[in-house]
Formats: sequence, C-alpha cells, structure tokens
Amino acid sequence: MSQTDAAAMEMHSATGQPNRKILMWAFIGSECMLFGSLIIVYMVYRGKSLVGPYPEELLNIPFITVTTFVLLMSSLMMVLALSAVQRGDMKWGKIWLFMTALLGLVFLGGQVYEFSHFVHEGLTLKTNLFGGSFYLLTGTHGAHVAVGVIWLLSLVFLAQRGRLTQANAETVEIAGLYWHFVDVVWIVLFTLIYLLV
Amino acid sequence: MSHTQEHAHPSNRTYVLVAAILGVITAVEVGVFYVEALKPVLVPILLALSAAKFTLVVGFFMHLKFDSKLYRALFVGPFVVAVAVMLAMFLIYGVFGG
Repeated sequence: MSQTDAAAMEMHSATGQPNRKILMWAFIGSECMLFGSLIIVYMVYRGKSLVGPYPEELLNIPFITVTTFVLLMSSLMMVLALSAVQRGDMKWGKIWLFMTALLGLVFLGGQVYEFSHFVHEGLTLKTNLFGGSFYLLTGTHGAHVAVGVIWLLSLVFLAQRGRLTQANAETVEIAGLYWHFVDVVWIVLFTLIYLLV
Repeated sequence: MSHTQEHAHPSNRTYVLVAAILGVITAVEVGVFYVEALKPVLVPILLALSAAKFTLVVGFFMHLKFDSKLYRALFVGPFVVAVAVMLAMFLIYGVFGG
C-alpha cells in the first residue's frame, strides 16, 4: 500500500477522528448487543436441560484455563505488534502479528478439540438446552476468532510484501481493536460458562 | 484534542505489566473456583474479577483510557444497554436466584 493510499484511507471525519476507527468502535458496540443476547440465551437455559450430558460432567476447567491464558497473551502480542508498527519497526511488527495469529490458532485448536470431545460424549446441538446454547455461544465466538486470525495473517502477508508500513499503523490498530474485543468477550464467557457452572 | 495527542499510548513495559496482571487474575479466578469455603460468595467474586480483566483490556490494550471520548461513548453506550437487558432478563428468569 503506497503512502498516498494510506493517507487517503486515514481520512478524518468532522469529529477529527479517523472514519475507520469510528466505524470499528460502532461495530464493537453492536457486537456487545449480539453477544449480550447470546449470553442471555445461555444463562436462561442454564440448568434447565432435561437430559444429559450436563455441563458439570463435561467442562474441563484446567484445559480451558490454558486456552484462556493463550488468548489473553495473544492480546499482549497484538499491542506489541501495533507498538512496533507505530515506531516503524516492521520486522518486529510482523513477528508480533504472526505470533498473535498463531496464538489465535492455538485457541481455535483447543476449541475444536473441546467440541469434538463433547460430541464424542454425546453432546450435540440438538441433545439438550445446554448443547444448543453452548455451541451457539462459543461457536459464534470461535467464528469471530477465526475471522481475526485470517485478518491478522493477511496483515502479515501485506507486511511481508512491503505493503504495510508505519504509515498504515491505523490499519493494524483497527485489527487490534477487533482482536482485543474478541478477547474481552472470552473473558466474560470463561467466567459465565466455565466458572459459574 | 488532536488525533496525535490522543495517541500517547502506554509503553511496552506497561503492556507486559497489564498482561501479567491479567494472568494473575485468571489464576486467582480458577483458584477461587476450587475453594469450597468460598462457594457462597463465588458469583460476586468471579464477576468482580472478570470485570477487572475486562476493564484492563478495554482501558489499556484497546486504549479507551487514552483515546477520544467519542470512542468511549460508542462503546460504553451499547455496552450499558446490553448489560441492562441482560440483568433484566436474568432477574425475570431468576438466573442467579432461582
């Protein structure tokens, strides 16, 4: 991406703030409503399944604590990536971006393992209220993580091709906002689904 | 306030410190979960710890503490509405009481 393209993309609104950043925050606000509604469904159905398997029989707290920690650390990698790109250190910018995507993939791998284990134990979308609401909520979150990983890898690709530079730091910042929001949602889900079982 | 002034973001050292605190809080959350004596007060403790982690990530990693108030309004407005609807539904369906 050329300097001219970057300048054009960083157009500011009448508020003096970049349009794309305003848009991302508005999107994140709307995502609060989406995840809020899915959390309501999960919590209202909690403990109301008529047949098993039940959450207390399946949920593996030590395992999910590790994947939660991985996602938290991916947020650290993300801010370090932004910091590196903002100061023009593209080598470390690429490394941190790649590490963020890698940790996101590890988290997704953990979720795939968890889902396949649950299905093996007899919990599907149709088994009971827990199955339906659990897969809907954590699956929606997982889909967001997957989109984030693809987004981050595309940034690594652009950086590798020299099309992501210090002038495009805002592009990385916006991707970072999305990634941190995905992390924040998991912070809430980890408590509500796994610890308040 | 200009766009550049609002970008006085924290240092890498602060980011690492925040990440360390997040890790410690997560460890405390899981530790508290296994303490039988804390079962009666588990819900408020875990919600408070989760809120602390949420605030740290949004405030420091998402820079909401340092950026324009416009972003704060765009996030906090819908977030408060979402939490209010959630609490109302939890009360109606007796999620934590029944």
